[in-house]
Amino acid sequence: MSLDASTSVRAEETATDTGSGQHQTGTRGKTSQALSVRFANVCRAFPGKNGNEPHVVLKDITLDVVPGEVLAILGPSGSGKSTLLRAASGLDAPTQGTVLIDGTPVNGIDDRCAVAFQEPRLLPWQNIHKNVELGLPQGTPKAEGQERVERLLELVELAEFAHLRPREVSGGMAQRTSLARALARRPGVLLLDEPFGALDALTRLKMQDLLLQVHEAHPTTVLLVTHDVDEALQLADRIVVLGRKPRETAASIAHVFTVPGDRPRNRSDEQLGRMRLTLLSGLGVDTHRH
Amino acid sequence: MSTSVETPSPKNSNATDTANDDAALQPRVAGPLRRGVGAKRAVLGAIVPLVLLLLWWLSTSVLGIFSPVQLPSPGSVVEAGIDLAQRGELWTHVGISVQRVLLGFAIGAVLGLTFGSLVGLSKWADALLTPTIGAFRAVPSLAWVPLLILWMKIGEDSKVTLIAIGAFFPIFTTVYMALRHVDKNLVEAGRAFGLSGLKLLTTIQLPAVVPSVFSGLRLALAQAWLFLVAAELIASSMGLGFLLTDSQNNGRTDRLLLAIILLAVIGKITDAILGVVERKAVSRWA
Ligand SMILES: Nc1ncnc2c1ncn2[C@@H]1O[C@H](COP(=O)(O)OP(=O)(O)OP(=O)(O)O)[C@@H](O)[C@H]1O
Ligand SMILES: [Mg+2]
Repeated sequence: MSLDASTSVRAEETATDTGSGQHQTGTRGKTSQALSVRFANVCRAFPGKNGNEPHVVLKDITLDVVPGEVLAILGPSGSGKSTLLRAASGLDAPTQGTVLIDGTPVNGIDDRCAVAFQEPRLLPWQNIHKNVELGLPQGTPKAEGQERVERLLELVELAEFAHLRPREVSGGMAQRTSLARALARRPGVLLLDEPFGALDALTRLKMQDLLLQVHEAHPTTVLLVTHDVDEALQLADRIVVLGRKPRETAASIAHVFTVPGDRPRNRSDEQLGRMRLTLLSGLGVDTHRH
Repeated sequence: MSTSVETPSPKNSNATDTANDDAALQPRVAGPLRRGVGAKRAVLGAIVPLVLLLLWWLSTSVLGIFSPVQLPSPGSVVEAGIDLAQRGELWTHVGISVQRVLLGFAIGAVLGLTFGSLVGLSKWADALLTPTIGAFRAVPSLAWVPLLILWMKIGEDSKVTLIAIGAFFPIFTTVYMALRHVDKNLVEAGRAFGLSGLKLLTTIQLPAVVPSVFSGLRLALAQAWLFLVAAELIASSMGLGFLLTDSQNNGRTDRLLLAIILLAVIGKITDAILGVVERKAVSRWA
């Protein structure tokens, strides 16, 4: 699983987010177009129970993600990382502010996004192939859809297991299926909520490589929620840390880091090591730093 | 709800190298083991009935502890069966009872599935119908008998209706509950991939409840037999329930026992057939 280090994902960034909003098929035919994501003053509060104060989870999130960028979202548990992704996917709506994808607001389930949830969430009664098929956008011509599913299954190395049911495959295989299902959508924005969280360390490394590989094959903007600092440093162009100020329930953006160097990165790089320490301390004592 | 038997594979616990652990997962554990277990169960399950039969035979034919009116011997029950069969009455009784059960069961099942899905999926239908259906369920079902007879006379309609009522509630309840408890995460995943309405229903919600639907159907079938006997005991001129009351009135304990045994056997057969279909469906959908 070697990667071509010279292929810079940053090349996508020159495309601006003033784009026309239509999906461009691209020159290579099978590529989707990476789309920009803008969080504009996003707040999310959940109604309090029995007339209590509303529980504000996210406050004043303003963030621009350029097309093709891999953005990692770090933060302590309960800081609203999933909530942020759900707002981008349209599964949930912010109480204030908007999320814009490619310049147009997200309103309801957005077909420009695809989500891979923390759990694979596969249909137990369908085989791997059918589960990936579920990701195809509605109205995809049958032959084209089949071809795409088969190609994706090859990409995630599941082609020979396509006929098995989810309970007949390992956890890592199920996660790869979930990733393939999300990719079948040809999303402009790929939303990954701790997709490798439940995997053992080695499988996780493989999956990270796979994600980079996929990102090269199918240009897309990636929002990756993770609790693993090293994963963020390996995969992301930028890292956003969510955190709360003292005595507040709402989290907002505490830090944004730009990770130096092209991928794949040397895990023992000195600069990365320093950033790793900053990130870890930022996560630990983030409330005092902001 | 998996019915397949899996042998533990030593490799798939810490699956790291995907190519290898995949291979270990490949051979699905197969029939022989399962068939062996099944045969063992069948043998074990047959022990108690055979012992009971032996005790019955010993206490009547050999030791003569009971008089034929109290407890006729197995032989005389068989003779009673042959006698009734030769006169053609046996098949009439069995046939009409089976017909009533199947018809009532089918009607109850269709209605139960329809209303269960409606109420399970739609908050509106739930708010509108649940109190009423709950109130109807609270009526002990046999309380309907006089009313049904009054309305539909003592014909087939009243009996089939009663059986349908009996079959309706278990199916309605299981479908309704199952739809309420479909994995929210799966439904959300479906929505995230653009499914909604009817498409979401047929892709995720209905397949998810197939196993529960079948356990509801089996409960309903048992109920159908129960209600059949109730209906036939009270008012009929044919059927196994009628055979029970008729034999009681004529002091024919041998026929009475015959009817009971036939009910047990036919009930068990219909349940086993549904059980086979259920296993097929569960292995497909769960
Ligand atoms: N549907 C909901 N109703 C009420 N509160 C909610 C709801 N969803 C999330 N929350 C609250 O929002 C907060 C953030 O939740 P979220 O799942 O976004 O956290 P997270 O950062 O993803 O945490 P983790 O790392 O543990 O997954 C939590 O305090 C949670 O209780
Ligand atoms: Mg989360």
